[in-house]
Amino acid sequence: MPLLLIGGMTLALAIPRFNLFNNYVQMLLMYVGINIILATSLNLVNGYMGEFSLAHAGFMAVGAYTSALLTMHVLPPETHAALFPLAVLAGGAVTSLLGLAVAVPSFKVRGDYLAIITLAFLMIVKSALENIDAIGGPRGIPGIPRLTSVPWVFAWTVALVWLIRNFVYSRYGRGVQAIREDEIASDLMSVDTRRVKILAFMLSSFCAGIAGALFAHLLQFISPRVFDVVKTTEVLIMVYLGGIASIGGSILGAATYTLLLEILRPSTVASLLSWLPPGLFDPLNKYVISHLGVLRMIIMPLLLVLVMIFWPRGIMGKREFRMFIPSRDRKAHRPDSSVGGMSNHGVADSP
Amino acid sequence: MALLTARNIRHNFGGLRAIDDFNLDLHEGELMGLIGPNGAGKTTVFNLITGVYRASEGSIRYRDEELVGRTPHEITARRIARTFQNIRLFRDLSVLDNVRIAHFSQSRYSPIEALLHAGRFRREETRIIGHSRDLLAIFKLEHLAGETASSLPYGHQRRLEIARALATRPELLLLDEPAAGMNPSEIDQLMDFIRWIRREFQLTILLIEHQMKLVMGICERIKVLDFGRTLAEGPPEVVRSDPSVLEAYLGEKVAR
Amino acid sequence: MNPQTAYWLQQALNALQLGSIYALIALGYSMVYGTLSMINFAHGDVFMVGAFLCFLAGTALGLPFVPTLLLAMCGAALLGVAIERLAYKPLRNAPRVSAIITALGVGLFLENLMLAFYPYPQNVPRLLENVTWHLGGVSISSLQVVIIGLSLALMLVLDHVVHRTPVGMAMRAISWDKSYVPLMGISVNLIISITFAIGAGLAGAAGTMYGLAYPVIDPYMGVLIGWKAFIAAVVGGIGNIRGAMIGAFILGGVEIMVVALLPSTYRDLVVFSLLLALIIVRPHGILGQPRVQKV
Repeated sequence: MPLLLIGGMTLALAIPRFNLFNNYVQMLLMYVGINIILATSLNLVNGYMGEFSLAHAGFMAVGAYTSALLTMHVLPPETHAALFPLAVLAGGAVTSLLGLAVAVPSFKVRGDYLAIITLAFLMIVKSALENIDAIGGPRGIPGIPRLTSVPWVFAWTVALVWLIRNFVYSRYGRGVQAIREDEIASDLMSVDTRRVKILAFMLSSFCAGIAGALFAHLLQFISPRVFDVVKTTEVLIMVYLGGIASIGGSILGAATYTLLLEILRPSTVASLLSWLPPGLFDPLNKYVISHLGVLRMIIMPLLLVLVMIFWPRGIMGKREFRMFIPSRDRKAHRPDSSVGGMSNHGVADSP
Repeated sequence: MALLTARNIRHNFGGLRAIDDFNLDLHEGELMGLIGPNGAGKTTVFNLITGVYRASEGSIRYRDEELVGRTPHEITARRIARTFQNIRLFRDLSVLDNVRIAHFSQSRYSPIEALLHAGRFRREETRIIGHSRDLLAIFKLEHLAGETASSLPYGHQRRLEIARALATRPELLLLDEPAAGMNPSEIDQLMDFIRWIRREFQLTILLIEHQMKLVMGICERIKVLDFGRTLAEGPPEVVRSDPSVLEAYLGEKVAR
Repeated sequence: MNPQTAYWLQQALNALQLGSIYALIALGYSMVYGTLSMINFAHGDVFMVGAFLCFLAGTALGLPFVPTLLLAMCGAALLGVAIERLAYKPLRNAPRVSAIITALGVGLFLENLMLAFYPYPQNVPRLLENVTWHLGGVSISSLQVVIIGLSLALMLVLDHVVHRTPVGMAMRAISWDKSYVPLMGISVNLIISITFAIGAGLAGAAGTMYGLAYPVIDPYMGVLIGWKAFIAAVVGGIGNIRGAMIGAFILGGVEIMVVALLPSTYRDLVVFSLLLALIIVRPHGILGQPRVQKV
């Protein structure tokens, strides 16, 4: 695994340096990374904890706005490149406070009611941003410096996925899943459910905030309109397409969704099908491909509905790739094992 | 002094009085039974003791500390554990994880250490895995560590639930109908098993059960509930011939 | 009467009008949740389609008010039933989450579909002659009267159907236990279709009235209005018909008050914050029953 990461980082650094791919592809890679962060962090609350949070776009917004305001109004331009990670971290930190606020209602309320509460949170964040003229109001913030780069996205994606994976394979992550399975039983089995919920929401929102910060400094323009239910729905698609409670699933879901969305562009489809004879290609181009921009937005939700009906468990179901499971856990689950070494605590005989 | 004392416990669900003037003195090391017809309130008593419900009135003290008003995990941290009438395992999680999760409050590492898998994390995780596997070994479930809890046969699931409860290192164990769904020979094994874990883990046990063979066989004292009130209390021989108990179970004519 | 009273009476009328429209939408959410325990996230977009059907009927077909209303209601009802049959029915036994995501997908699909046909906001033609009466400083428009009156009439009819007819009883029975209803010789599928048809039909009526009262419509209008109506239904007690009406009128009242007292941009912020507070304080809503979990 470490070798893979070093290789990946080298590649990530090389891509912009030597312009290994064109700008379009580089941007695509960065979007995939950002979406991976969004999907894995939402999976923590919606998949591992079994809730239905709709607030994710709101968390993204807070991170985006916080970091953009920092880089544009607080940090002097010379320091931008060096202090960018700090701005991103600040975005994540502020967002985690909102995550803490969202966690509180989850103590008493679960299921549909919590979904509605998270939806209300999303709406409030959006309305609040629209009302604060100092940060652009409904028009948003244009002209954000382009600080997001392929190596940065790679680094943040790896780091955050690593943190989430560590959390999942710890007592807190196990507590999160216990809550999903049976909250009362977990409470009775010594799990401090309040603490676990707070941690899950804070980690999830922290990551979403960072994704938002990276997003802001890639798109270079943000407005409240961007962070609405549609955006949340996109992340939901990635999570459920990939498979809940699976880190590998979220990565696959995010990559698949992002790439699929890009492939369904008129230019891409046209070049992909250019080998067809003109007799076939021309009418296809005239009636379908040129309208793909509009058709795409109709096809995507339709695809989602079809996936949900025929493939509800998603790509991975609830399974996980071996590489994400710590070896300690893998060994511990073997039928015979001596992990821990303490196989005798003075028991004379068992019944 | 008694280990667990309940005084004047009254509990209502809306307008329904579920428990009426419940009193209990449970001494350290005792094996006590709680019996009564269905709906008598036995599981409600368990829920009140473990903090799932907050008693409308009255006090429950454990080692002279008030339990009423505490959250379930606080009560579990005070060494009281329980199993459930309808098995409540973490169905989609592995057998090992079911037991590991019960170690939550005993693990001594912070969220930061968890996020980084550093500091005390490794040592604690190894310890917990060790203790969990040891428990599974005692219950002859070790070879199933990687299996999903829901895939286990019924009897194994019951054992796993007890193993999970014991993972919290309780002094007081509440067993809710441990013999449900068992045939006579399994009940015999269960009786030996309960006696054994009491010795081995130095437990005080309070159990709810309908199988009279088990109750009369292993309980030192029995309390009988009906409609939330105590009908009788005492050693098995006394309780089994108490007329009000017979009436509650078998009807008026038989009692006379 | 003095100007203050007149002003507040005026606002009360506006609140009644707005609340009526919200109520017709909220009822659809409540009915579907009551029967299927499912949040029909596409409902707000059905309302939007109803508004566009009214627009089509008024412009392309040149129909007067009553046929337009009927067309919008029937069209919306058909759409509602179609959505249920095609997208929700296959998932009736699937995990809850799948149905919700599907609903979100259907909503998105409708929005983008309408967007493809109407990339720009449209103006609904004036189908009702608007007469204004002045009573002691309060202006009452005939449009307002029609909207409030029609909505109340529809709500009364619905209340009657749900509480006093066999169909309504079947609907309520399904919400308690789906498995027993077929044993009584009633087709669950039929009742569910009726539920969706009625809910969607009411939303179609709401769309028509909205189009006449606030003539500018666009494909995304269902999102905000739908969510507000939905949260209002929750505040009133989701699954409860009368609760939905109460919640909707509270929403209408709050919105009008906020616009009257604060800069209008704060409208949604205050409304959502208030609704959020209400839900947190009483999650099961004003008329809802808390669901007791047996341990």
